Amino acid sequence: MNSTPNKSVRELIQQNRQQKFSMKNVMERIMPIVLFLCAFVSVVTTIGIIITLVIETEHFFEVVPFKEFFGSTSWYPLNSQPEYGIWPLVVGTLEITVIAMLVAVPIGLTSAIYLSEYASDRARRILKPILEVLAGVPTIVFGFFALTFVTPLLVKLIPGIQIYNALSPGIVVGIMIIPMIASISEDAMSSVPKKIRDGALALGSTRLEVALKVVVPAALSGIIASIVLGMSRAIGETMIVTIAGGSNPTAAVDPLEPVQTMTAYIVQVALGDAGFGTVEYYSIYAVGTLLFVFTLLMNLLANWITRRFREEY
Amino acid sequence: MALPEKQPVTKKFIDPVAVKKSISQRLVVNNVTKVIFLVGLFFGLVVLGILLYGVIRDGASWLSLEFLQNAPSRRAERAGIYPALMGSIYLMLLIIPMIFIIGVGAAIYLEEYAKKSRMTSFIEVNISNLAGVPSIVFGLLGLTFFVRNMGFGSTLIAGALTLALMSLPVVIVSSQEAIRAVPQAMRHASLALGASKWQTTFKVVLPASLPGVITGIILAVSRAIGETAPLIMVGAAIFIARAPEGIFSEFTALPIQIYNWTSRPQADFQGLAAAGIIILMVILLTMNSIAIWIRNRFSKRY
Repeated sequence: MNSTPNKSVRELIQQNRQQKFSMKNVMERIMPIVLFLCAFVSVVTTIGIIITLVIETEHFFEVVPFKEFFGSTSWYPLNSQPEYGIWPLVVGTLEITVIAMLVAVPIGLTSAIYLSEYASDRARRILKPILEVLAGVPTIVFGFFALTFVTPLLVKLIPGIQIYNALSPGIVVGIMIIPMIASISEDAMSSVPKKIRDGALALGSTRLEVALKVVVPAALSGIIASIVLGMSRAIGETMIVTIAGGSNPTAAVDPLEPVQTMTAYIVQVALGDAGFGTVEYYSIYAVGTLLFVFTLLMNLLANWITRRFREEY
Repeated sequence: MALPEKQPVTKKFIDPVAVKKSISQRLVVNNVTKVIFLVGLFFGLVVLGILLYGVIRDGASWLSLEFLQNAPSRRAERAGIYPALMGSIYLMLLIIPMIFIIGVGAAIYLEEYAKKSRMTSFIEVNISNLAGVPSIVFGLLGLTFFVRNMGFGSTLIAGALTLALMSLPVVIVSSQEAIRAVPQAMRHASLALGASKWQTTFKVVLPASLPGVITGIILAVSRAIGETAPLIMVGAAIFIARAPEGIFSEFTALPIQIYNWTSRPQADFQGLAAAGIIILMVILLTMNSIAIWIRNRFSKRY
């Protein structure tokens, strides 16, 4: 380059183009492919999950008939004559989910409405990060909290409740989900334009009327999506239920009795000494597949709701 | 010429008494519900307060230098958290480069290179769905793929790979947001000066988005470090006396050790669990504070 100081810019560009195998040009061709492969890792992960679950579940259904899995109402994998009816685990999971949503939905939504409609900018800047800290607490810590704080409290309040019960982990799973519902709903409410609020206020509405009759309906798709995502999290939650829920798969619904969820069963087997290749080992994949399908459906539903019912301003 | 005299308004369209009554009732309802909403918001904060208080009350007396240096023991008073702490630190060191390279690479591809195509939107939808898959399902993937098929066994590398795959969707999405926030004008300026696409991406876009990217990665890692279920699935040891010696050695991690102590009936072990939680929470809060500090200190508004 130094030997040809008089070249024009045009010539330099031309010269650059001709060096097909220079470092720069090679990078130019290779990097898009490398970056694409990075993005493709996520697709490979999904395929990996599906293949894993399908193959290992197939092994399970080679031994246990399909009819028993979905037809029987007793789950006794450790009996001398093991029975694999999934319903008790499904019922346990739904029981926890319902209790959790009863806690998380009212508290999450009221928090969201307060933050978006009532709080001053300064209050919001302080309160939102605190809720985010709550969202960052590991589930093992919530599990410890359920067992050492919520359960003893419930034992004092409710006579006849067992040490391991569905109520305590259900409540704590709900607490875990509050920040998620609050922050997604708050985002949806905050994106409702100020003009619409001002219009309603100018017509003489109170803040409450603006919130309930104008903002919430306008943000409804986001609010419902947050609830569906919260349910999906509750279904997949593992450690809180494992620690505080006991291990009693039962199809009877009684929040005062021990339960076992799908996730808690998987952990129980993983910690036990079920050898590789036993029916018990493969059973966790069958349960895992059902769990995967449940949560996937919920997530797709949430996506669909946000896209289908979004109000555009 | 005199101005016409102002006519006093005689006809009232609004009855002020009725309006006042109606609005005062509605204002009362408004104020009462405001308090209810505030109580709802404070519920979460109060629970967080009780949780932290309970953990510190139970665990503070167990904290000591020996607790950090000793291995777990059947005797509560001699038990420590050293192998678990080291296991968690090793996991962190392994996960960060993995998710940084692959996560940022994927985000750059999707934001800078990908054309609008079926493949691109498929990858995007796939990432958002992957973010909703329960962590224990990633554990099942890790158990089958890394522990069994690849023959790693229940080792540090199997645990780290599993956690990395689990964190990737979050890292990709947050990196995408950071890259998107870099103004188009900077790319145009770089291209106009004759830089190539990759030079622009690597030397202009990436540095400009780095604070946001790093914040996202720290938050994702702090999530991963707190996860228990995937590590249980890949068979992280419940009882192990030594810190891992390499990536192919058996390991345990803080959440696993905490779970182990929590599941024992004796009160002493509950105290140990609380002490372990204090250590874990201190690590996580430190990481989160660093992330927030980086975001506030280095991020530029364009």
